[in-house]
Amino acid sequence: MNELHLPWLELAILIPLLGAIKVMCLRDPQAARRWSVFFSGLASVCALAGALNFYLLGVAEATDLWNLPHQLIGLNLFVLDELSAPLLPLSSLLFLLTAVATQGAKVRRFSFAWTLVSQAIVLAALSSKEPWLIVALLSIEAVPPYLELRARNRTTRVFMFHMALFAGLMVAGQTMLESKDSESADIPWAAILLLGAVFIRSGMAPLHCWMTDLFEHATFGTALLFVTPLMGAYAAVRLVVPIAPEGILHGIGLVSLFTSVYAAGMALVQKEARRFFCYIFLSHSALVLVGLETVTPIGLTGALCVWLSVGPALSGFGLTLRALEARHRRLSLTSFHGLYDHTPALAVCFVLTGMASIGFPGTFGFLGNELLVNGAVETFPMTGIAVVFAAALNGIAVVKAYFLLFTGTRHVSTVPLRIGKRERFAVLTLAALILGGGLFPQPGVTSRYDAANYIIEKRNHKSLQAR
Amino acid sequence: MMTSEFSVYLLGLSVVGAPIALLCILGFFSLIDRPLSERATDKLVFLAIFTGLLSSLGMVAVLLHHGVWRFTIELESLLEIDRYHFSVKLLFDSLSLPFVLLAFVLCATIGRFASRYLHREPGYNRFFVLYALFIAGMAVTALAGTIETLFAGWELVGLSSAFLVAFFHERPMPARNGLRVWTVYRISDAAFLIAAIVMHHMTGGGDFNTLLGKSPWPEGHAALSEEQALIVGLLLLVAAAGKSALVPFSGWLPRAMEGPTPSSAVFYGAISVHLGAFLLLRFSPILELSPVLCLVIVALGLITAGYAALAGRVQTDIKTALSFASLTQVGLIVAEIGLGLRYVALVHIIGHACLRTLQFLRAPTLLHDYHTLENAIGAHLPRASGSWRGLVPESVRLWWYRFALERGYLDAWLTDYLARPFLRVFQGCDALERKWTDWLSGGRSRESDRLKASSGSLDELL
Repeated sequence: MNELHLPWLELAILIPLLGAIKVMCLRDPQAARRWSVFFSGLASVCALAGALNFYLLGVAEATDLWNLPHQLIGLNLFVLDELSAPLLPLSSLLFLLTAVATQGAKVRRFSFAWTLVSQAIVLAALSSKEPWLIVALLSIEAVPPYLELRARNRTTRVFMFHMALFAGLMVAGQTMLESKDSESADIPWAAILLLGAVFIRSGMAPLHCWMTDLFEHATFGTALLFVTPLMGAYAAVRLVVPIAPEGILHGIGLVSLFTSVYAAGMALVQKEARRFFCYIFLSHSALVLVGLETVTPIGLTGALCVWLSVGPALSGFGLTLRALEARHRRLSLTSFHGLYDHTPALAVCFVLTGMASIGFPGTFGFLGNELLVNGAVETFPMTGIAVVFAAALNGIAVVKAYFLLFTGTRHVSTVPLRIGKRERFAVLTLAALILGGGLFPQPGVTSRYDAANYIIEKRNHKSLQAR
Repeated sequence: MMTSEFSVYLLGLSVVGAPIALLCILGFFSLIDRPLSERATDKLVFLAIFTGLLSSLGMVAVLLHHGVWRFTIELESLLEIDRYHFSVKLLFDSLSLPFVLLAFVLCATIGRFASRYLHREPGYNRFFVLYALFIAGMAVTALAGTIETLFAGWELVGLSSAFLVAFFHERPMPARNGLRVWTVYRISDAAFLIAAIVMHHMTGGGDFNTLLGKSPWPEGHAALSEEQALIVGLLLLVAAAGKSALVPFSGWLPRAMEGPTPSSAVFYGAISVHLGAFLLLRFSPILELSPVLCLVIVALGLITAGYAALAGRVQTDIKTALSFASLTQVGLIVAEIGLGLRYVALVHIIGHACLRTLQFLRAPTLLHDYHTLENAIGAHLPRASGSWRGLVPESVRLWWYRFALERGYLDAWLTDYLARPFLRVFQGCDALERKWTDWLSGGRSRESDRLKASSGSLDELL
């Protein structure tokens, strides 16, 4: 297999782990934040260098230089391919920007060490194609949020119930798939078990309540970083799509379409900003799974583009809400707050990222949705109508939240609430990605088109093997 | 030859390029929280609109010189994969050019007026960012050569409208009204997008050349059957009804008067309110394929005109009265489109937009004008009374008065029979979710329940 010029993947995974050890030893939260930003930034640079190196090689798959796991245990544990190449730096960037944008009020509550551990787990999972490694990594990814909930004396039962079910289903599905006496007749059952796990991790209705619960009880940053890398969708692409029969894929499409519309409607009636954000996120992340149903190059490309756009747009949106929370505590959506005059830049960022998340013209999400609808309509015409309906509801929910948070009254404050430099950097970086991707979409979409063809090729290959 | 083609290309591009550049500059400085000074903003706005206007006039001259009535500029393809192709196409024809010229002339006038009207207003910069968004949206919508491009412009206009309605945002009512406008626009956008998807499905593309034929407007021919035209046409009619405040969506128009006078003038008196009619004109080759559809359009136009004329007569503030007067004319324009009188409708739009802009701009000084008139004639102005008054029983007159005063109960009807039941379903689901998480966690699962409301809310609307 082709090799990268340096062990970028291993470095990107190892650096945050080392950083976590260093940060755990620190007692000063400000120093912890600074070191966390340093290690997270370094890991992001390695992830970006790995992705660039991969594109320069122009191959379908590449492993690290020296490939230590292969030399030690004979397995290619970490492989970069068309699907994961852009996801790796993007996910790493989300971790970095969340650490950068953590303001004074949040620094003491937010665990930087565990965030670095989560970053390492996510990067390792995204660099891996080995099913069992993915199953293991996605299962242990739930540990840092669980520990945070415990540390904050919050109930962990809803979260743990769902995560245990998720891990159990993944293990059962993968075991059934790989058992030596398994026959091709077992594949649909294994796919159904894995699909159940994907539904839980992606928060498909009615298995989504752990996500709202996590946003209720964990810190906003932890909840945001647990959901925005879309690891459920990643598990679907790696574990389910290659083996699932078409009927099961249609099932994914229907459930995710329902979730998209349901979550959009639920976003409209939420009375608190975090829950509102969670439903907006669910509505959009479900669209990624809608596209996976089609398994056509265009539909799949659309889904992968939505995946790329959801990350920065909703992370930016979430970071904006988090910045507002840092100034105002938890934000109720039952009354006007009138924060515009104090934080005009945050208001602009809120509108920009909110509109980007609903696929507004000029943003990358616009073309992603366009491709998704085009591809999906060919397989299931009602998809287009449902996606449009969900987008309309999300648009109303975002603007409603804007009016409630930024307008309607005069907010009196004795301290300045303006956006900080670090927050501005974080949100502007994401805004640049959102608008840059919208104005010059060809490179991003081409990369996703190649990834879509790669996924279809793998699926066809598995089908032939099964026969 | 190459040079002249390139010049025309540049000229056409600058019609939309100038307002987009204005939006980028003003938007960038707002995003970094360093808004430009009033003077710099004013100059930039004037420069961008003037460039757009001159370029449009240049395009008119070029087309007239070459005797061409339809000219398309295709920007380099934004995206091309497999058989999917996404490009931005600009279409210069006898519909788009008058409309974009009208937009630039009125935007230039209003821009100058607004720079004085909003002088030292805290939201000066915000107004002009949204204004730039609106101009860019209008230019893109008017010149769109594909349905995707048209939709992009359509969305920009909608967003700027909603935020300008809520311009005076320290009060709750503008925010509520802004949300109402945005909600109706989103319904309209959804109908438009579904129409676009259906058309894509039927004809395989969103290019107007494919959808409406290559003949110059209004002579195009759509490659659809009568039934297909009826389905697509009805969806487009819903989109147009939302954008132009036709019945039953008329309730948002008087609410939109909450915004500053300059934006009320250019949006709801002049340009934005005609966007629905423009959409119907653009797709007129589809409309003429279905007589049933034409009948529905005429009926809706006449109902809207009658409704607006009635409601407008009892309004007590000048901007609301003017908004209903606008709606009366828009209703008539839609009826003209349904009757196939395309050029009449276009001329009607242009004339009406200019007159109404003037009336809106004069509205803040109306009392002063009345006093001047009364001083000149030395008495109060005579009040006209209908000769039919004696023929209609008082109870009937009272009923109609209440009906007009409540604006036909349209808003209440939409809220009670559409919005509330819809939201109630999701509130029920929310309650079920709460029970489920409470049961799982063995106690109260929602921390957010402890948050208290501190001031007015949007609940009465959504």
